[in-house]
Amino acid sequence: MIVADKKPIEEIIGYVQDANRILILGCNECVTVCEAGGKKEVGVLASALRMHFLQQGREVKVDERTLERQCDHEYLEEIRDIADQYDAIVSLACGVGIQFTAEKYHSRPVYPGVDTCFLGVTEERGVWTERCQACGKCVLAETGAVCPVSRCAKRLLNGPCGGSTNGKCELNPELPCAWQLIIDRLTALNRLDEYEKLMPIKDWSTDRAGGPRKVVREDVQS
Amino acid sequence: MSVKTPSRLEKVLAGGHMAVTSECGPPRGSDPEPIKKKADMIKDHVDAINITDNQTSVTRLCSLASCIHIKLMGVEPILQMVTRDRNRIALQSDILGAASFDIFNILCLSGDHQNFGDCAQGQNVHDLDSMQLLQAVRHMRDEGKFLGGDEIKRPPQMFAGAAANPFADPFEIRAPRLAKKIAAGAEFIQTQCIFNLDKFERWMEEVRQRGLHEQVAILAGITPFKSAGMAKFMAKRVPGMDIPDEVVKRMSDTPKEKQPEEGIKIAIESIQRLKEVEGVRGFHVMAIEWEEKVPEIVEQSGLYPRPELS
Amino acid sequence: MRLSYPSDIKIIRVPCTGKVDVLHLLHSIEKGADGVCVVGCLEGDCRFKSGNLKARKRVEQAQKILDTIGIGGERVAMYNLSSGEGPLFAQYAREMHEKILSLGPNPIKAHRKKAA
Repeated sequence: MIVADKKPIEEIIGYVQDANRILILGCNECVTVCEAGGKKEVGVLASALRMHFLQQGREVKVDERTLERQCDHEYLEEIRDIADQYDAIVSLACGVGIQFTAEKYHSRPVYPGVDTCFLGVTEERGVWTERCQACGKCVLAETGAVCPVSRCAKRLLNGPCGGSTNGKCELNPELPCAWQLIIDRLTALNRLDEYEKLMPIKDWSTDRAGGPRKVVREDVQS
Repeated sequence: MSVKTPSRLEKVLAGGHMAVTSECGPPRGSDPEPIKKKADMIKDHVDAINITDNQTSVTRLCSLASCIHIKLMGVEPILQMVTRDRNRIALQSDILGAASFDIFNILCLSGDHQNFGDCAQGQNVHDLDSMQLLQAVRHMRDEGKFLGGDEIKRPPQMFAGAAANPFADPFEIRAPRLAKKIAAGAEFIQTQCIFNLDKFERWMEEVRQRGLHEQVAILAGITPFKSAGMAKFMAKRVPGMDIPDEVVKRMSDTPKEKQPEEGIKIAIESIQRLKEVEGVRGFHVMAIEWEEKVPEIVEQSGLYPRPELS
Repeated sequence: MRLSYPSDIKIIRVPCTGKVDVLHLLHSIEKGADGVCVVGCLEGDCRFKSGNLKARKRVEQAQKILDTIGIGGERVAMYNLSSGEGPLFAQYAREMHEKILSLGPNPIKAHRKKAA
C-alpha cells in the first residue's frame, strides 16, 4: 500500500492560518491502514485545529469527512455540493488523492496533511517499510522476488556492494542488505547458480526518468 | 602475451612481471599541486597510479582532471569511476574525455553511499552499476560503439579493472562474484587491503579452482599501518575489513615511536608471502596520506626497479 | 471508603482505560474541560492485558498535540493504581486538582466567550 506519515500540526496550521471554513478530508484506504489519514486522524487534526483557532479568539468551522478513496471520480463527487462552502481543504490522502481532489475542485485551495513516503508493507503495527519503487519493469523473477531497485540503497542490479556487512546495508545497521536477502532466497530455492547471471543495463525509461507515466487498457476502456 | 591497449599496466602484466600500483586522493580545492606532488613522490616505484573518485562521497577535485594532470607529468593514471554520481551519458562522455588525453586504465566502482560524505541530501544516480560500467567500457573499446548503438570516432582504449573484496559478506559468493566481474569484462582486479593472509589464500584457492586467476590479473591490496590506533580503528569501524587479532596485537605491543616502522614491516612481509601465491600478479599499495612510504615498501619488497618496457 | 476528593472532578467510568481514545481526551478539552485524568490499573496488572499501556500512549499523544497548539499537555495526565487503593486515588485526585488550579482555567473557555 501507499505509506504516508502525518505532517506536523504546526505546518498544517501554517497553511490554513487565514481560513475561516476548513474541511479535513480523509481517505478510507492506505492512509487509514498506516494510521496517517483515516477517519480517526481526521478527527484528531480537526479537534486540534479548532482548539488552536479558539485560542486566538476565532471560532473557525473545521468539518470532518472521510471518503472511501480520493483517487476515483465517483468518491470525490460525493463532496460536490459542499466543497464551495470551504475556503481550505486539508486532504489527508496520499499525494495522489490530494492532487486529484485539487483537480476536481479547481477553485478550492487544497493542502496536504500528510507526507507521502513510499509503497510498502506493514511489518508490524506502527512499522512500515518500503518494498517497491514502481520502476515499471519488474525484475522480481530474476531475484527470488526481492527487489534490488527498492531495497538496495544503490539500486544495484548486480550487487552486493563492498559495504554489505553481516547481512546489513552500509547505510544503517538495521537495514537488511537487499543482495544478502536475494542470495538467501536463491539459496533457499536452490537457485544460487543464477547469481552469476549478469543483469543487463536497465531501461529506466519506464521509471520516473521517462517522465510522468500512463497506463492505458483499451480492452477495458468503454 | 598480447595486449589490447597502450596501457603500461597491461604491458607489465602481459610481460609476466609483478605489477605495482598505488593510489592518491585529490585535494578538496582547485589547486592541482597536491596531487601532482603525491604522484611525483611515487612515480618511479609504481606502474600506474589510481586517482580516487570523490571517495567516501566527499566532494573533491574530480578523478578525471587529476588523471589528466598526472598524465601530463608523464605518469600513468588509473581513472577510478564510480556510478554513484553520473548517468550513462556522463559516464561514456567522461570515458571519452579520459581517452582524449590518452588515459588507458579505468577502475569501475559503485561508490560509497552519499550519506557518508558532505552531501548527504543529494541524489544518487546508479544508472549503471559497477559491473554494467565494465560492460560499457568493453563495449566502447571492443565494438567501438556507444551504448546507444552509434559508432564512436576514435574509440577509447581502456584497460578495464574492478575491485574485489575477499573478506566481504556474504562469503559464499566471493568467488562467483569475481567470475561475474570477469564475465562483465574485468581484465585486472585490485583487492581490498589484506591482513588476514590465511583467509586470502583460501579465497585464492577457490579462485584457482575455477581457473579465474588465468582470466584476470589479481593485484593484492596492501596498506601499511601508521599506528596501533589505525589498526584498531580499521578492525572495528571499517566494513569489509578483516584484521586478525594477532596483527592488531603485534602493533599494540610495539612501542609508539616504532609503530610506523612495524606497520611497514608487516606490509613488506605480507608482500613477500603473497608473491608466492599462485595467481597473485601484483600489488596495489594503498598508503593514503602516507604516500612517501610507498617507495620504501616497494624497494624492500624486492619490487624495485619497475620493468623497463619498450 | 467515603474518602473525600474535590467535588469538581467528574468521574466517567469505562470498562478499561484501553477504551479511552485520543479523541475523547481532545474533545474534552475542546469542549471546555480544564483537565482530563485517565486512571488505570497498575502496569502489568491490566484486567484486559494491555489496555492501560495503550491508554498511556494515547495520553502522551494528546499531551504532545496540546503542547503544540499552546494549550499545554499538563492538562492531561495518566495515573495507575489498583482498584483497592482508595486513599491513593484520593491523593492523585487532589494532586491533579491542584495542578489544574495552578494552570488556570482552560484558555478555550475564555476565547469561546470572546468569539461568541
